[in-house]
Amino acid sequence: MVEQTMTITSEDGVHARPATVLVQTAGQYKADVNLEYNGKSVNLKSIMGIMSLGIPSGAEVKITAEGTDEEEALNGVADAMKKENLGE
Amino acid sequence: MTSIKGIAASNGIAIAKAYRMEAPDLSFDKKEIESPEQEVERFQSALATSKNELEKIKDHALKTLGEEKAEIFSAHLLVLSDPELIQPIEDKIKTENVNAEAALNETANMFIDLFKNMDNEYMRERAADIQDVTKRVMAHLLNVTFPDPALIDEEVVIIAEDLTPSDTAQLNKQFVKGFTTDIGGRTSHSAIMARSLEIPAVVGTKEVTATINKDDMVIVDGIAGEVIVHPTDEQIETYKQKQAQYEEKKQEWAKLKDEPTVTADNKHVELVANIGTPDDVDGVINNGGEGVGLYRTEFLYMGKNQLPTEEEQFEAYKAVLEGVGSDKPVVVRTLDIGGDKELDYLDLPDEMNPFLGFRAIRLCLERDDIFRTQLRALLRASVYGNLKIMFPMIATLGEFRQAKAILLEEKEKLQSEGTEVSEAIEVGMMVEIPATAVIAKQFAKEVDFFSIGTNDLIQYTMAADRMNERVSYLYQPYNPAILNLINNVIEAAHAEGKWAGMCGEMAGDEIAIPILLGLGLDEFSMSATSILPARTQILSLSQEEMISYKEEILSMDTAEDVVEFVKSKTGQK
Repeated sequence: MVEQTMTITSEDGVHARPATVLVQTAGQYKADVNLEYNGKSVNLKSIMGIMSLGIPSGAEVKITAEGTDEEEALNGVADAMKKENLGE
Repeated sequence: MTSIKGIAASNGIAIAKAYRMEAPDLSFDKKEIESPEQEVERFQSALATSKNELEKIKDHALKTLGEEKAEIFSAHLLVLSDPELIQPIEDKIKTENVNAEAALNETANMFIDLFKNMDNEYMRERAADIQDVTKRVMAHLLNVTFPDPALIDEEVVIIAEDLTPSDTAQLNKQFVKGFTTDIGGRTSHSAIMARSLEIPAVVGTKEVTATINKDDMVIVDGIAGEVIVHPTDEQIETYKQKQAQYEEKKQEWAKLKDEPTVTADNKHVELVANIGTPDDVDGVINNGGEGVGLYRTEFLYMGKNQLPTEEEQFEAYKAVLEGVGSDKPVVVRTLDIGGDKELDYLDLPDEMNPFLGFRAIRLCLERDDIFRTQLRALLRASVYGNLKIMFPMIATLGEFRQAKAILLEEKEKLQSEGTEVSEAIEVGMMVEIPATAVIAKQFAKEVDFFSIGTNDLIQYTMAADRMNERVSYLYQPYNPAILNLINNVIEAAHAEGKWAGMCGEMAGDEIAIPILLGLGLDEFSMSATSILPARTQILSLSQEEMISYKEEILSMDTAEDVVEFVKSKTGQK
């Protein structure tokens, strides 16, 4: 399993638009991808899961990936977050 | 054959099959099922059909509404692929042996409740998204049609109780030939949108949804305000001729497109258009508008989850100014929200009398953060054309002064930041509240212009809610009380060398036009489609003659007397 911690920098937190991109990105990999915030972990392939966390700006989140393509999955998601100006 | 009377809301004649736009009945019974495998399959098939539809809607939205508005459908599609939603539903079918409807309903409700109870307004609204998409799947499970105006791909007439602005925005003119509704009047949003889309409409029929079935043949006569259900072949023939005559008339009008608007005695008045979005500018040009007399900016704020940014607004204002042409006037009304036009994301409390409540300039002066953003966007756009700014719902001189001071403050700030701002922006106000019409003389010293908003001026003067059909008889544009107020405003403006316009429905009305010419109105702002008929009429009228009737009309007793008099003088039937 690989993991990376990131800080949400976007002013609006994780809104529908960036969440959509994250879920679409995570869905491209075989690995299980999870996002952990405030002690709760959700499936990053689930739009409702990630939205249900209501992640605000400034929050610290941990992304984990586990499976055959875990490295690619983690990098892919982290890149998408940066590209969407969502976090770093 | 049945004939239904209603209010003629948008000119033209439509002949097509009925398309009922209504919320389908989604009630179901929770049942035990015998074959969970088959039930899961049934669920998956409903899911697939729903996704397919959403893809189509998304494509349509991409083309007609732009990438940003289409984004919401990408999110909707992801909800339908969400393992956290789909898996529990399938598990429920398999382990509890319940039908797919019950499994879907219970699982979706769990998520909807979760979102509804979050302490973030934005997240609470997401509950509505989940509800939207699960309703679509439910409709397919139950084999009922879920109406999607964006998916219509054959010629239809829409039958609905009412149409919201976002419903109307989704209509595709190529296939939607007209519409008719149970409620609404000439000034309701659906009617205004119909005129800006230039599709025939009859509203306020009270009964079309009760009388007309799916696929019934329907004629919508937006000229006479009549809907004919199951017309005979003969009637269809007659109406096809009427349709052709109307088209012919439109071509006659079109010849006047680039002509100036002058009366028979060679007096020029300005004929300009009311618009709601930059997309309406084409209609203004095609209908020979000499500019924009009312740009309703509230559409920028509606149908979204948050306030529009300064940049978004700047782009829209710039597009309108450039689209209309740099020498033509564009009168922009600052945000007029509240009353019957709500914004969910502002979370304003419900009011007993919204039309008399916290709205328009009242809201903008308190929430000056919202107001300042709009003014900055306007000021920045001002260099791209001939911009005029007016404030809605001004009741006192104090409010006007305050609003103008904020405008000047933002102008100074922009200039000190090095941003170029036009020095020629006129600043005026809407006259909608009788209090301002009565002392227009005092206001005229400080404003650059007046624009009389008759829809509200009439409702406030007559104390008659314009959304209430039972008091609609009091909506009397020709009532001498209204005409005297209008006269007062025009005289006050002229005494100070200012101009007076009108941007209510009355400005395009063929009985009102001769009266208004006689009162000396300088600018007439109306739906784009009314401009050429109005120009045709004005060409045949002598202003001098109309002025000679002024005193007589102003001292008449009733609206009926006025109408009869004008008809007899102008030869109208």
